[in-house]
Amino acid sequence: MSRIQTTFATLKQQGKTALIPYITAGDPHPKHTVNLMHTLVKNGADMIELGVPFSDPMADGPVIQRASERALVHKVGLTAVLDMVKEFRQTNQTTPIILMGYANPIEAIGATVFADRAKAADVDGVITVDYPPEECGDFVKELRARNIDPVFLLSPTTEPKRVELIVNQASGFVYYVSLKGVTGAANLDIVEVSARVASIREQTKLPVGVGFGIRDAATAKATAAIADAVVVGSRMVQEIEASNDDNLLGNVAALMQELKAAVDAA
Amino acid sequence: MQLYDMPDARGHFGQFGGTFVAETLVEALEELRVMYEKYRHDPEFLAEYAYDLKHFVGRPSPIYHAKRLSDQIGGAQIYLKREDLNHTGAHKINNTIGQALLAKRMGKPRVIAETGAGQHGVATATIAARLGLECVVYMGSEDVKRQAPNVFRMKLLGATVVPVESGSKTLKDALNEAMRDWVTNVHNTFYIIGTVAGPHPYPMMVRDFQAVIGVEAKEQMLEMAGRQPDAVVACVGGGSNAMGIFYPYIDVPNVRLIGVEAAGHGIETGMHAAPLTANSPVGVLHGNRTYLMQDADGQIIETHSISAGLDYPGVGPEHAWLKDIKRAEYVAITDDEAMAAFHNLCRTEGIIPALESSHALAYGQKLAKTMDKDQIVLVNLSGRGDKDINTVAKLANITL
Repeated sequence: MSRIQTTFATLKQQGKTALIPYITAGDPHPKHTVNLMHTLVKNGADMIELGVPFSDPMADGPVIQRASERALVHKVGLTAVLDMVKEFRQTNQTTPIILMGYANPIEAIGATVFADRAKAADVDGVITVDYPPEECGDFVKELRARNIDPVFLLSPTTEPKRVELIVNQASGFVYYVSLKGVTGAANLDIVEVSARVASIREQTKLPVGVGFGIRDAATAKATAAIADAVVVGSRMVQEIEASNDDNLLGNVAALMQELKAAVDAA
Repeated sequence: MQLYDMPDARGHFGQFGGTFVAETLVEALEELRVMYEKYRHDPEFLAEYAYDLKHFVGRPSPIYHAKRLSDQIGGAQIYLKREDLNHTGAHKINNTIGQALLAKRMGKPRVIAETGAGQHGVATATIAARLGLECVVYMGSEDVKRQAPNVFRMKLLGATVVPVESGSKTLKDALNEAMRDWVTNVHNTFYIIGTVAGPHPYPMMVRDFQAVIGVEAKEQMLEMAGRQPDAVVACVGGGSNAMGIFYPYIDVPNVRLIGVEAAGHGIETGMHAAPLTANSPVGVLHGNRTYLMQDADGQIIETHSISAGLDYPGVGPEHAWLKDIKRAEYVAITDDEAMAAFHNLCRTEGIIPALESSHALAYGQKLAKTMDKDQIVLVNLSGRGDKDINTVAKLANITL
């Protein structure tokens, strides 16, 4: 079993929903990233989604775009991100790390080399936003061969036939994007999300994470009631953006505690 | 002989092309793919398209034998395909009309577009006005400053121009932003991409709508010269005017197809926009796999060209394919060479060419010089240079 699968299994036994915060590696400065990761775990993160900065983040809204730009000022690319994961693993061997990013940085070094390096850094899952299942068969094989979970997105517009195609390629969990649009957009309609998650569950036994549009304790709680994992991205990045070197870790810890309490109360 | 038949059903040109987009866009592209398949051979749709090309754009655009230029160069005869004479002043309108007519049939009341120099934005705003569609154009904030007259043109035509502040604030960022708009508003919005890039079916669809250039040229060359040219030369940024004139010639033997990229300050300086000539690595951007200017981390790097329309770090996937199968050749022309060709055409033929097209002219002249007087080089004069007079004046330290 992969670390992601183990984590979901344990949480299920405890009757809990996973809380997965997202941060962009290198934001606001590379020196903070590993500390931030430990802070997230200390304050309730069951897994971490770590964004790989990219010059052209087409699927992201302004909040995460700016995070990418802040990281790129310090030239934080895939290699630097993998080094951060290695450093994190020196003191944490249990929390799953899921890389989230775009295809081109992976293409630049090649799928095999990437999979080798990700394994060496002890990465657990990879979400590649612009690799739909039709275009990344070989990549998925390389990941699977190393027991790394390829995690795929499902959207409100994904037809049931495609859901089947996607869940057949995915492992670890699937990530339901609860909104049309880019990350950080508008509010989510929990009734609609609930119906979609139920229909996805009819097609797969994989855990279903829900993200996009979860911005406070109330939406986190409502989502936790219907999903196996709650992913909080733009809200987390906003907190980082609004902080300074002195209050960064404290602010992020406080937000995490609030979200954790909400998710556990569901 | 096996005829050229690309792309495959999923938009692949060999290893290039494809549909590399977030899941949120897959359904929208599938809808577009199905609708385009439905209409691309539909007689009524094609008749409407042909009517607009004739009566609204003024097609066919003529082919012109540039005799004084040919004599001056002293080699092959240079012919120009006059896309500069189209309504709105460039080839871009051929494509925006096709896509806008499709948008109407798909019941989408709102169209969006990305633009660099503003030509595609103007062409989109033009057809949107003509068809009564709402139009939003995304343009890098750097380009908004550099191309003020085109920004004003779009506004006159009723479009909303949105300056894009992210990334390098140029064409590629405008494309990112248009994609974000589309993903959010896909229920009522059609995204009119201006070049032969983007996810499938865009590279194929834009090529098909631009192929009218080559189809006309084949007929006109026979009429005018009694034969096809020895070489067809066109500039390549994303590559839509080049694909348009190349495509009908792909299966014609003995016609060299030559794409001219922007060498900027020179390939060796790194300040250029010539991924094919510079042998840039293969990567994924804007929904397709192609040759891409990037650093070792796979971040897209900034490009440089005097011509905003060629200032793009990638290239349409079909060009990448034509390069690999050696059916087309790709070369590059520097800013200085393009400027010299610009001034030369103004003085010898009384035609002010776009700076983009001046790259094709510069290489066409170089090539013609090495050829015999009875040979023919056909240069695609993709646009007129009125939009560039501020840039040219600035280079000469003249304030207009």
